[in-house]
Amino acid sequence: MIPSTPVAADVQSSSAGSSGMAPLIELNKISHSFGTRPDLAARLAISFKLAKPAARVQAIDGVSLAVRRGEVLGLVGESGCGKSTLGRIVAGILSPTRGSVSWRGKDMKALPPSERREAKLRVQMIFQNPYASLNPRRKAADIVGEAPRVHGLVDGDLGTFVDQQFRRAGLDPALKHRFPHQFSGGQRQRIGIARALAVQPEFLVCDEAVAALDVSIQAQILNLFMDLRERLNLTYLFISHDLGVVEHISDRVAIMYLGRIVEEAPAEEIFARANHPYTQALLAEVPRIETTKRGFAAIKGELPSPLSPPSGCHFHPRCPHAMPRCRTEAPRLKAVAAGHKSACHLNDAAA
Amino acid sequence: MNATVLEVRDLRTHFGQAKAVDGVSFSVARGDVLGLVGESGSGKSVTGFSIIGLVDPPGTIVGGQIVFDGRDITRSSREEMRALRGRRMAMIFQDPMMTLNPVLRIDTQMIEAVQAHENVSRMDARARARDALGMVGIPSPDERLQAYPHQFSGGMRQRVVIAIALLHRPDFIIADEPTTALDVTIQAQILAEMQKLVAQNNTSLIWITHDLAVVSRLADRIAVMYAGRIVESGPVSDVLARPLHPYTAGLIDSVPSRNRRGERLRQIPGMAPSVARLPAGCAFAPRCARADAVCAQAVPLLTAGPREHRCVHPLPELRA
Ligand SMILES: Nc1ncnc2c1ncn2[C@@H]1O[C@H](COP(=O)(O)OP(=O)(O)OP(=O)(O)O)[C@@H](O)[C@H]1O
Ligand SMILES: Nc1ncnc2c1ncn2[C@@H]1O[C@H](COP(=O)(O)OP(=O)(O)OP(=O)(O)O)[C@@H](O)[C@H]1O
Ligand code: SF4
Ligand SMILES: [Mg+2]
Ligand SMILES: [Mg+2]
Repeated sequence: MIPSTPVAADVQSSSAGSSGMAPLIELNKISHSFGTRPDLAARLAISFKLAKPAARVQAIDGVSLAVRRGEVLGLVGESGCGKSTLGRIVAGILSPTRGSVSWRGKDMKALPPSERREAKLRVQMIFQNPYASLNPRRKAADIVGEAPRVHGLVDGDLGTFVDQQFRRAGLDPALKHRFPHQFSGGQRQRIGIARALAVQPEFLVCDEAVAALDVSIQAQILNLFMDLRERLNLTYLFISHDLGVVEHISDRVAIMYLGRIVEEAPAEEIFARANHPYTQALLAEVPRIETTKRGFAAIKGELPSPLSPPSGCHFHPRCPHAMPRCRTEAPRLKAVAAGHKSACHLNDAAA
Repeated sequence: MNATVLEVRDLRTHFGQAKAVDGVSFSVARGDVLGLVGESGSGKSVTGFSIIGLVDPPGTIVGGQIVFDGRDITRSSREEMRALRGRRMAMIFQDPMMTLNPVLRIDTQMIEAVQAHENVSRMDARARARDALGMVGIPSPDERLQAYPHQFSGGMRQRVVIAIALLHRPDFIIADEPTTALDVTIQAQILAEMQKLVAQNNTSLIWITHDLAVVSRLADRIAVMYAGRIVESGPVSDVLARPLHPYTAGLIDSVPSRNRRGERLRQIPGMAPSVARLPAGCAFAPRCARADAVCAQAVPLLTAGPREHRCVHPLPELRA
């Protein structure tokens, strides 16, 4: 469980507390930063004081998040704010620089190697960039069938198994002997989906998993996700920039801005009563099918950089409500309603 | 009406048996935006590759014509096409790593892109690259220029590629799913830049996307592809409000916001046909509720005013 920190009370009341069960996955004060290792020329330049050493990218900054069994948690946020990094940490592909991840209430790091391997197999990730995540020299059938075969999950004929996995992801099994580059963008994405589902995971990290699909195939895949959740109690961390999709599929939604969670609430609540100014800005920009051509608006204010995050509230350079306090003090994630947390000083001002 | 800048006539691009593009015709006027939508695997990207002359072997253009600025470029040499690309026309690829070299720093790649077509100093080229990154919403551009592609997030890589395409303010841009990884505020920023380019430079765009909402705000005309063909096209507001082809209607109905939250989404029944074994008639017939025997015969292109479609049983103009 979460140690007694100031935020712990909120976390308990909104997530673990209501089901009375330990969450399937829990992130406890996770931080992650990437250092850029300078190449030779840069190192020379630095040693001669011709250049400054490259800054570290603070991708995740103290994130605590719990996902309950059988729930779909939507994760939304600005491009580059750390969603994929967080997803990779949840999937056990990346170790956070600070903080801990627990799987069914136990610290991942403390698990015996066999259990850790098992947990890693139970958590699968559908990657944002399908092309980079598929081995270009392997046929689609091998990409999908390999892990289930190695882990003894196939009873019966491997070919039949692979065909089933293809069909389930809306792919024609006749294409299974092709290499990744012979597929269209959306077909490749479905190979990634088929591969992740083929090992019968309990937890699926979907990183922009339906972004490259036309809306009809997207509907088919989302329906499949919802079926699997009903039948197998599958749990999802669903990263997407498409708020329509997130609203449709999620039970709860977490909004991220520059490495921090700034708002977290049940899906209906967040779409009806967004609290954080960034969430409000997002919802205001959601394009809808219009009957006339209409202009798009450029971003007002300055985009903050994770290389040198702004002081205080990371959103203050763009926030229409920013006050002096916002520039100096980082707002904490606090309950604003039952199950609804937000990190904005306006909530104190209102009280 | 503006002058036509691109005309594609009966384009056929095949990969052996796979008829990825099989009889596509459309035209784009100067300063116009064409939204190209459709089924995954229907040939949108291959249409784009065909226009800019980058079809991967064994794919070949086996028929049709591509006329750019009055010149037939269907069989232009690689050198001629290279000279056109970048300055006159650019393509933003669906997969950013088709443009970016994973082992080179972003600055190296962007400076090269500037200097490939313009005789400017390295320092000026670097300044141009920095401004371009800023324009697509990448903060700390000076530091970020020193990074390698893998150090960028998915959406940041996409934006670098957009920035590279915009370096020379080309007259013609094919953008293939350029904003699939971008949150709505950054997407709006990019689309605003695009609209500015169209307005100031009279640039024409082909915007390939699955996002019908973006198309409705950005495009003048829309073309809907299914199994290697355009099955419907016309002014964007007409087509989205009153689709004539049942496939277009099925697409619009699948948009999550047109469905009840948490319930199963409406999806088009059945699976898309393989482009290696297409039926002789309407390729959508096996999945279509309106299909009958007539649909098994070749469907000609039918026109109704500014609209065109390939359906013998188009939907009534007014849908419930
Ligand atoms: N190198 C190749 N060899 C064989 N078939 C190919 C090759 N490249 C593409 N295809 C096929 O051509 C068809 C059209 O592909 P294309 O990439 O144009 O689709 P798309 O409309 O862009 O789809 P998406 O929306 O999924 O990106 C697909 O069925 C694809 O499988
Ligand atoms: N391997 C890496 N090395 C250095 N920096 C990295 C690396 N991976 C990610 N970053 C940086 O970490 C930050 C967060 O990246 P991440 O990919 O998690 O963003 P994201 O929220 O998924 O964005 P997008 O929506 O664009 O995919 C970015 O600033 C990115 O440049
Ligand atoms: S804390 Fe201040 S700057 Fe941050 S979102 Fe709230 S009002 Fe805006
Ligand atoms: Mg990402
Ligand atoms: Mg494509």
